[in-house]
Amino acid sequence: MKNFGYTRHTDRQIDFDATDKRLYQFVFDLEPSINLCIFCGTCAATCSAGHFTTLSFRRISLLLRRGMNDIVKKEIENCMLCGKCQLVCPKGVNTRNVILQIVKGIEKYEL
Amino acid sequence: MKNIVVIGGGIAGMEASAFLAAKGYSVDLIEKNDTLGGRLANWDRLFPTMRRGSEVTEFLAEGVMQEAVKVHLSADIVRVERHHDTFLLVTTQGNELHCDAILLATGYDLFDARRKEEYGYGIYDNVITSADLEQIFSSGRDILTQKGKKPSRVGFVHCVGSRDEKAGHTYCSKVCCVTGVKQAIEVKQQIPDAEIFNFYMDLRMYGMHFEALYKKAQEDFNVQFVRGRLSEAAENLDGSLALKVEDTLAGRPMKINVDLLVLLVGCTPSEGTRKMASLLGLKLGFNGFFKTTDQHTMTNYSDIPGVFFAGTCIGPNTITNAITDARAAATAIDIYLSGNQLANRKMKPHEEFWLYPSH
Ligand code: SF4
Ligand code: SF4
Ligand code: SF4
Repeated sequence: MKNFGYTRHTDRQIDFDATDKRLYQFVFDLEPSINLCIFCGTCAATCSAGHFTTLSFRRISLLLRRGMNDIVKKEIENCMLCGKCQLVCPKGVNTRNVILQIVKGIEKYEL
Repeated sequence: MKNIVVIGGGIAGMEASAFLAAKGYSVDLIEKNDTLGGRLANWDRLFPTMRRGSEVTEFLAEGVMQEAVKVHLSADIVRVERHHDTFLLVTTQGNELHCDAILLATGYDLFDARRKEEYGYGIYDNVITSADLEQIFSSGRDILTQKGKKPSRVGFVHCVGSRDEKAGHTYCSKVCCVTGVKQAIEVKQQIPDAEIFNFYMDLRMYGMHFEALYKKAQEDFNVQFVRGRLSEAAENLDGSLALKVEDTLAGRPMKINVDLLVLLVGCTPSEGTRKMASLLGLKLGFNGFFKTTDQHTMTNYSDIPGVFFAGTCIGPNTITNAITDARAAATAIDIYLSGNQLANRKMKPHEEFWLYPSH
């Protein structure tokens, strides 16, 4: 049979309504400064771990509110909790506490 | 004849003085420097049209001269007394000025870039501010690195000292984005083969024609806009600067070297504002600029009858808006001094400080 080059692709849209926002809500309730983030990336620019791994606090902050918790869970494993990101954040996000609360939330919801 | 003292001989002070004098008032204009023009005197070309700043200063000065405003240069106020509805102001030269109204046009100061140590102003040779760059433009000198080399790559950092909790200024300074675009074009005009990068969090091209200037920078001058805020700059052995930024749209940390780094410094409340506030017993707003009687309807009015505001002493603004505001303030003073009852309108009390957590 002639191959017309069609392949099946998985749907890569973020299905916003289907995602799990419990983790974000949990973190927001305990550390509301998470929602001050404007995704400027200063945290990720200064993060030494981000040079060698895909860790970016900016990305964690974003993916958390998109409910992409599996990636968040994997990424924060690379964080050394050094707090450099917190020093440079122009919006006063308490980045370290956000990460600590993410860890707690992951345990709580067994994610 | 009624007397008015205008404090601050920048854009707003000059234009308000001319309009008040034209209305038949006797006007004393107090300026601490030895020339009029305020911060505009240090600006070479203006956004968005690239006209010379000096043309605007000359226009404003023509008004001041034509209307015989009494200009006091190198003068400052050392004492203020309030007697019912008149005031006595004493200047550094010992002049006693009696007046029926005071207009505060004390402008803004530039953010001290040394306070953002991580960007290296005052530490590294090739880090300059937007104000320094304007001086180079005005002087007609070539844009060179400290070692006299023509820079082949220039970076502009947006929001230096603005929108920054750590710098203590959480507001947007409004004019630096478009200044960054204007200056990027000017550098490219002078050094056509230089690469220009503007590092930004948001590009706020809010004014009429600002977006057109941005488009020109992209299309005609190939300026590159990188969405990410620098975490730091470090000096390389050859004096160039290694920048650390996240290219947020690529989602990757990025290192990039530039020969010259320009910090787009924001506007802060001026020394003169703090001084007049303490002499008059006026309140400052949360951000340190003068607190107006009402945010929407009474921005030229202070809480003291007879004391008014014009220009950037109430917040960052463009030249265009400072001039408009100066004329509005002149009208407000005229209405007040002529006893028109429009001056007695009051807004319902309204708490603006709910915006700020610590208040
Ligand atoms: S520096 Fe702060 S505001 Fe910027 S992306 Fe990181 S957490 Fe968000
Ligand atoms: S605390 Fe974690 S995310 Fe922040 S700079 Fe350190 S390693 Fe990076
Ligand atoms: S105008 Fe632009 S550069 Fe200036 S503070 Fe606002 S966003 Fe930042």
